Amino acid sequence: MGVEFIYPEFEVIRNESRCIACRVCERQCANEVHYFCPETGLMMSDESKCVDCQRCVSLCPTRALKIVKSDCSLRENANWKSDTIKEIYKQASSGGVLLSSMGSPKEMPVYWDKLLINASQVTNPSIDPLREPMETKVFLGKKPERIERDEKGRIKCELTPQLELSLPVMFSAMSYGSISYNAHESLARAATASGTYYNTGEGGLHKDFYCYGPHTIVQVASGRFGVHEEYLNAGAAIEIKIGQGAKPGIGGHLPGTKIVGDVSATRMIPEGTDAISPAPHHDIYSIEDLRQLVYSLKEATGYRKPVIVKVAAVHNISAIASGIARSGADIIAIDGFRGGTGAAPTRIRDNVGIPIELALAAVDQRLRDEGIRNNVSLVVGGSIRSASDVVKAVALGADACYIATAALLALGCHLCRTCQTGKCNWGIATQRPDLVKRLNPDIGSERLINLMTAWKHEIKELMGGMGINSIEALRGNRLMLRGVGLTEKELSILGVAHAGE
Amino acid sequence: MFLIDATGLDHKKLNEKLGSVKESCTITDCLGQRFIGAGMSDKNIVIEGIPGNALGAYLNGADITVSGNAQDAVGDTMNDGRIVVFGNIGDAAGYAMRGGKLLIKGNAGYRAGIHMKAYKEKVPLMIIGGKTGSFLGEYQAGGIIIVLDLYGEGRPIVGNYPCTGMHGGKLFLRGECKEIRFPDQVTAVPAGKNEIDELRGYLTEFCDIFEFDLEKVLDSPFTVVTPDSKNPYRQMYVAN
Repeated sequence: MGVEFIYPEFEVIRNESRCIACRVCERQCANEVHYFCPETGLMMSDESKCVDCQRCVSLCPTRALKIVKSDCSLRENANWKSDTIKEIYKQASSGGVLLSSMGSPKEMPVYWDKLLINASQVTNPSIDPLREPMETKVFLGKKPERIERDEKGRIKCELTPQLELSLPVMFSAMSYGSISYNAHESLARAATASGTYYNTGEGGLHKDFYCYGPHTIVQVASGRFGVHEEYLNAGAAIEIKIGQGAKPGIGGHLPGTKIVGDVSATRMIPEGTDAISPAPHHDIYSIEDLRQLVYSLKEATGYRKPVIVKVAAVHNISAIASGIARSGADIIAIDGFRGGTGAAPTRIRDNVGIPIELALAAVDQRLRDEGIRNNVSLVVGGSIRSASDVVKAVALGADACYIATAALLALGCHLCRTCQTGKCNWGIATQRPDLVKRLNPDIGSERLINLMTAWKHEIKELMGGMGINSIEALRGNRLMLRGVGLTEKELSILGVAHAGE
Repeated sequence: MFLIDATGLDHKKLNEKLGSVKESCTITDCLGQRFIGAGMSDKNIVIEGIPGNALGAYLNGADITVSGNAQDAVGDTMNDGRIVVFGNIGDAAGYAMRGGKLLIKGNAGYRAGIHMKAYKEKVPLMIIGGKTGSFLGEYQAGGIIIVLDLYGEGRPIVGNYPCTGMHGGKLFLRGECKEIRFPDQVTAVPAGKNEIDELRGYLTEFCDIFEFDLEKVLDSPFTVVTPDSKNPYRQMYVAN
């Protein structure tokens, strides 16, 4: 086996006394880990192919299986961890760029976990959301500077186009191609039923899903895949994708092997051709150029759709956001560096960008300082994991959050981080028909609706505890947050006091 | 023919007027208004003067003729229709265009035809009568780009780095192009008889409109550039 041999990361533990050799595991595993040995009549496994997606574990009728992390380890070293060493081996034997899926598994600060939410005690009443009305609805889009009245003193109500969300959570961009038809259908139906939006990503909009247009955000990225006049007008809003938190500064690359059938038709490129989204939009080298794309989209859609500009959270994010807020965009979406991806170079994903909490706080403050916060709404993503993350984000200044990994988990994703292989056993990140059909959109959409319903209740409870009955009153209300275990600098960027202050 | 005097109109008002017109329409005194005809499908638009950036962006079947020059991003993400320009055009013409025709009598700037695509019956066509700047056909994924260099002059037919990242479609350059450096992942060879016949099909309309003698235009060596692979980056990655 030699120097390139890497001991399998996981072990398949099969309880022989429980296994009935029904071969479900074999049929369920697209990675072909399990096989039946006719001589012995026993199920065998090749654990070197196992990605720990837990599909076989979940479907084994006798609970005979478990997957555990192998304890065969390289000699421990604080500097040269075994992952680092294995990456060197992989590159030395292939010469390739390391490619990973989903958000970074590295230990990086999660500021959500170091922020605590306030509650009312004695001096102002908390509110019981089960008894009293609570408003979680938000509108995304440019807001007027001041109230204006006509000659009869009536308030002028005309606004530029707005998105109406029943709770401050949307499903963020995942293209058809990176995820399956059934995953898209689940997201589209759940967004419609939950009064929120899902996002096409840069893969076009399948003709079957035009009916969900009022709850669809259509994306325009540097490759302009699937973009045409009908597509632009089909959605409720248009998102210009400049960057993604998991891979700031680089483009996208869907390999030709995934450009099959309807994916090819929806992107409008031939089957088998790589779908390459260049790193920059080659017509955008400045804020003025961005303004041109924003307005070309508004012209093409008759000024009926808000335009979102999505950027990755990077070092100068507040200056960049200030420029975007002046570009004519209605909404800025910022994606933090813990965000997920169908595939990204490992080094980029794990080392480029900044955490969303710091980016959000810095941008919100900058836009306020410059008096242009009302020009735009702020949407943040890049690992929003729970209702409390949402509440903290809103208190830091966000109008709404984007979730993707959490939505995929609701659909059955087990975060095995091998989306790039296209062999997702849960029918999500795959185009293989036999795998796609494992995800039932009736069940998938229901699970997403459940998640949104649960989060909405939790958001209301957290708000009620603070004595706040409208999410609008929480936005940018950083007095509702306290930090724990953070440095002065971190607290000053987040604009929150330390717990106990 | 309906007339719109563009004097004093910004792009929003101009496009609103244009949208309200059903039949053919001439815009006079055009002075840099952007996005003219964006997303439009069912009109003939004649422009006198100089349209601004992003002329005919997302064009979906309309026909636009410009008597003078046009600026940057002509036919950005165009889906169908035709844009005819009697003068020169600026940078990034036909960005990600996937259908229709861009027929330009004069020169084009940088990044003409960047990321042009094709799908089934939709095969976009861009013909430049003069020369183009650098990065011609960058990331080209489909469609046909033809540069004719009909007016001589000193500099080469294209600037630097043509066809970088090209992975689909076809590019024709009139001339032997021995001095042009192409990237490794494309093949540039002299056009054979079949390709000249193919060119004749593309160029007939162009020569009719701009009153060139088709046979004279074709009476020259042509270089045809095609990508070696539609998966140029396949070997670069290792799963981690």
